Amino acid sequence: MVALARKLDLRDRRLGGGVSLPVLAGIVAACVFLVIGCLTSSIFAQQTVAGLSQGVIYSSLALALVLIYRATEVINFAQGEMAMATTYIAYQLTLWGLSYWAAFFLTLAIAFVFGVVVQVTVIRPIQQSVIAVVIVTIGLFLLIDGLVTWKFGADLKFMAAPFGNSVYHVGTVTFARQDLGTLVVTVVSVVLLWLLFQYTKLGLAMRAAALRPAAAALVGVRVRWMLAIGWGLAAVLGAVAGLMTEPTTFLQPTMMQAVLLYAFAAAVLGGLESPVGAVVGGLAIGIFLNLVGQYVGFATSELRLPIAFAVLLGVLLLKPTGLFGRKTARRV
Amino acid sequence: MTALLELEDVHARYGPVKALHGVSLAVGEGEIVAVLGANGAGKTTTLRAISNTVRREGSIRFAGKPLRGGPETAARLGIAHVPDGRGTFAELTVWENLRLGGYTRRGNLKSEFDRVRTYFPWLEDRRDQQAGTLSGGEQQMLALARAFMQRPHLLLLDEPSLGLAPLLVTEVFRIVRELNENEGMTVLVVEQNAHIALQLASTAYVLEVGAVALSGPSGELARHESVRRSYLGY
Repeated sequence: MVALARKLDLRDRRLGGGVSLPVLAGIVAACVFLVIGCLTSSIFAQQTVAGLSQGVIYSSLALALVLIYRATEVINFAQGEMAMATTYIAYQLTLWGLSYWAAFFLTLAIAFVFGVVVQVTVIRPIQQSVIAVVIVTIGLFLLIDGLVTWKFGADLKFMAAPFGNSVYHVGTVTFARQDLGTLVVTVVSVVLLWLLFQYTKLGLAMRAAALRPAAAALVGVRVRWMLAIGWGLAAVLGAVAGLMTEPTTFLQPTMMQAVLLYAFAAAVLGGLESPVGAVVGGLAIGIFLNLVGQYVGFATSELRLPIAFAVLLGVLLLKPTGLFGRKTARRV
Repeated sequence: MTALLELEDVHARYGPVKALHGVSLAVGEGEIVAVLGANGAGKTTTLRAISNTVRREGSIRFAGKPLRGGPETAARLGIAHVPDGRGTFAELTVWENLRLGGYTRRGNLKSEFDRVRTYFPWLEDRRDQQAGTLSGGEQQMLALARAFMQRPHLLLLDEPSLGLAPLLVTEVFRIVRELNENEGMTVLVVEQNAHIALQLASTAYVLEVGAVALSGPSGELARHESVRRSYLGY
């Protein structure tokens, strides 16, 4: 057998995974462009950093969408509203006297349970039908929105600024501490999630359950629970996104609706099946929107959403699989 | 000989279509049993009934107890099912596939992997390769290795020869025999290649349209007139 194995060459053939060369070249070119821009113009640099910090929020919500899409091929339209609701929970916790960061971490735990409970009680009974799940997530959107408005009202609420309002000066460029803090928190949570999926037994089982549920069950993986845990982790990512959005939009029931649309655009741009794509897509959308807003005269903030939608539409028309997606032949 | 696995009057259906009409068979501890039959005779369904991935009725007893619950439970009780299509996670690496094989085992998988390596030494070099990029023969070996990581009492093998070159078929069956002889693994193998299956197994059952048509020691079956004509082709 060894001889046989040696005879077959050890080419590093990868299955679909990863990036095609033109896409990689495009990303490298974009990075070079951004670096040169940042070095030549301090406004450009400032906008890029602000775009990055908004982009990571889109990334984390997009990642939540991708997580659920990979496991069940369903878009959770309620992802943004779930994130909004958990942000209100954090707000309530601070009202009860918890410090911001204590409330932050407790909220992540609550969000996990929330996601699991939603999956088990509402999604699991109907998960045989993709369209039924989609409709139920839209229903959840309305339900959560209504409940939060009923409980807290539609007026703005304010939480303590988690990172303060100070700014840093590097040369002529000013960076908001808020933006850098958002960047760090979101990146850390995404990296932790990646480590969980890549290096733990639970993460491996979750990937196996998403890829081949039947085969995963045969090796002893409890597939139903893996799906529920997936929803829980998606809700945690959403909570991070919500809490990091709050300092710019403040608390209101509609705070995550635009973010959800940017996250859709990010997920589609990256390729709905690709976690890396969701992260890159989110960053790209964030930076792109900020730079367009700065340098394209007519693109005022009212056009932010339409532009994001145009990106989404363009991707679907030109490269439906997104930057990191791949064509899959599905057996029917 | 005590029966490790006993099926009694097992029926199974896919929606309205009945696939098994009362199959009864017994697999003794440490034995290799083959189930033969043509396409659609119910061979795969028999294995699916055991791991409970098809709607079934009737009595299935494993190690003296009725077998209940889904495929996860069967896996936890020590039944490793290598399904048709091998159940390989093509997108995952070889090592990740093996780790999944050991999913029901607690603690460090190092010693399990060391044992697996004695049968499949080439796996070491391919640890980080995506399983889908292995050849068909290698994937079948990987499926066996993955099942072995589970250290099962009972190995259910679905058509291990399917799509493999004759030389590789011999190799796969040699390893199955070694696992049975050295590790005491009980094997229930479903096979269309009756010739090689009858050489490997001590007992065999012939399925026809979802029921057992013939059964007995492999040697006797191999000499049986109708088995020779229908399945061995001479």
